[in-house]
Amino acid sequence: MANIISDETIEYVGILAKLELSPEEKEAAKRDMGKMLDYIDKLNELDTSGAEPMSHVFPVSNVFREDVVTNGDDRENMLKNAPQQKGGAFKVPKTVE
Amino acid sequence: MDILDLTAVELGRKIKAGEIGVAEAAEASLAQIRELEPELNCYVTVDEENVRKQAARVQKEIDDGVLCGPLAGVPMAVKDNMCLAGLPTTCSSKILENFVPAYTAEAVERLIKEGAVVLGKTNMDEFAMGSTTETSAFGETKNPWNPAHVPGGSSGGSCAAVAAGECFYALGSDTGGSIRQPSSFCGVTGIKPTYGTVSRYGLIAYGSSLDQIGPIARSVPDCAAILETIAFQDKKDSTSILREDCDFTSALVDDVSGMRIGIPTDYLGEGLDDEVRAAVLAAAKTLEEKGAVVEEFDLSLAEYAIPAYYVIASAEASSNLSRFDGVKYGYRTKEYEGLHNMYKKSRSEGFGEEVKRRIMLGSFVLSSGYYDAYYLKALRTKALIKQAFDRAFARYDVILGPTAPSTAPRLGESLGDPLKMYLGDIYTIAVNLAGLPGMSVPCGCDSRGLPIGLQLIGDCFKEKNLIRAGYAYECTRSYEMPKMARQKAEKEAEQEVQ
Repeated sequence: MANIISDETIEYVGILAKLELSPEEKEAAKRDMGKMLDYIDKLNELDTSGAEPMSHVFPVSNVFREDVVTNGDDRENMLKNAPQQKGGAFKVPKTVE
Repeated sequence: MDILDLTAVELGRKIKAGEIGVAEAAEASLAQIRELEPELNCYVTVDEENVRKQAARVQKEIDDGVLCGPLAGVPMAVKDNMCLAGLPTTCSSKILENFVPAYTAEAVERLIKEGAVVLGKTNMDEFAMGSTTETSAFGETKNPWNPAHVPGGSSGGSCAAVAAGECFYALGSDTGGSIRQPSSFCGVTGIKPTYGTVSRYGLIAYGSSLDQIGPIARSVPDCAAILETIAFQDKKDSTSILREDCDFTSALVDDVSGMRIGIPTDYLGEGLDDEVRAAVLAAAKTLEEKGAVVEEFDLSLAEYAIPAYYVIASAEASSNLSRFDGVKYGYRTKEYEGLHNMYKKSRSEGFGEEVKRRIMLGSFVLSSGYYDAYYLKALRTKALIKQAFDRAFARYDVILGPTAPSTAPRLGESLGDPLKMYLGDIYTIAVNLAGLPGMSVPCGCDSRGLPIGLQLIGDCFKEKNLIRAGYAYECTRSYEMPKMARQKAEKEAEQEVQ
């Protein structure tokens, strides 16, 4: 395997991805990601220096509209799905000590 | 005659003529669901009571002359990554197990407005990540042609349900082949339209630059009628495009004389099953005999589509799936210490293995230091792939090849080696990168009795070429239904004889 994923890297990816991995999962993730990156490195065979990165296949630019509210107040329905709610708002653990 | 033998458009016609009632059609679908679901598991949610209410309402509107479209009253199913107000929408994930949306996806809404009777929500790979429907948190779906095999994925539930007669048509979504590959494995027809043709509003996003909703049905005319109904520029999806050529059913012409068809030699090489190759080339021969000009050509870059796709799709997934944090909807872990721990634990417990694998890869390729080497490199590759297709479509009206390198694998054989599973999407993935329309049409079965799919690819906005070629080919064959779908009808016929 050409790409060796270090413990630090997988730790960092866990922070970015907001995932908590068990030690076994971490080992598996290191292996899987290394294998995948080896495969993705195939792209390096290709000379892409003349190509612009293409994020969208059609030449569309920003789509604007007037900033007018068109949907109604659906608070009750929205809150129905909340794991926890309080006083018409989503309840989350304390964020500031 | 058995109702379940009809295609969606044929059923719609009979309903309009008053020969079959909407409730009668819905009951036939529900009976088939009851008969086969214990074995197949095509659906995550079936809403029987609501089906009957819908049927009564639609029947009244047909009788009153309010509804007169070709699909009015026809029972159908929706992949479980499209929102339907009031019905659970799970993406086949534990993290959305209890999510009940407050609104309906635009594509579904457009069908409902035309009188669709929604039977339920179909099973899929979790968040559409997978090629077998085995990554579903609610159990795998089985292939109606042989329940020891997978139906393909990620729209496996939709395709299996159509094949099994558990609905007359279904909606699927296709990010890298998720409509076409399971259509191929289940012996049904599916179209992935040009990017932007169908609004993605209400579709739970996976890879936003690649995702597109499309029809799955038994016939090309069905798919054309469904696509005609759902194609729509929607203000709620800024990537949806204005098209004035959405009269797709006008392309249902049994004539391919002079049509230029190219077969990429890259799609016939190593890794392709011999029986699939033979069936696809036989289909090409059929179109040639009907007057098409068929030749092989070198498309190039085929082997770079999969690595580019996994960088782009995983990157977009890592961003799109960051919304699942246990705050506004979905699963929240039971015990946690503080906000960040709550996020992390909810996500780690709520997402399955394949989803986590892709979120991590996506986070990595977007992280500083790797962004240029991986993400921008993949976007540059995408540009080159688009150029290769542009060159091909300067010479051909349609590109023809296999949908998948093999027929459906056995259950349990794919997930152990993700990379190998990813390679199964080799012929479908480039189409998404280039934003093109693609379609899978059944073209026979292999010696084990498993269906083979013929893939037709068109230039952007040229669905009509696919529909014409697919229809002309379909006219030379009769629809094959898996034996299992006929079980009930046969049992009843036997009882009548007795």
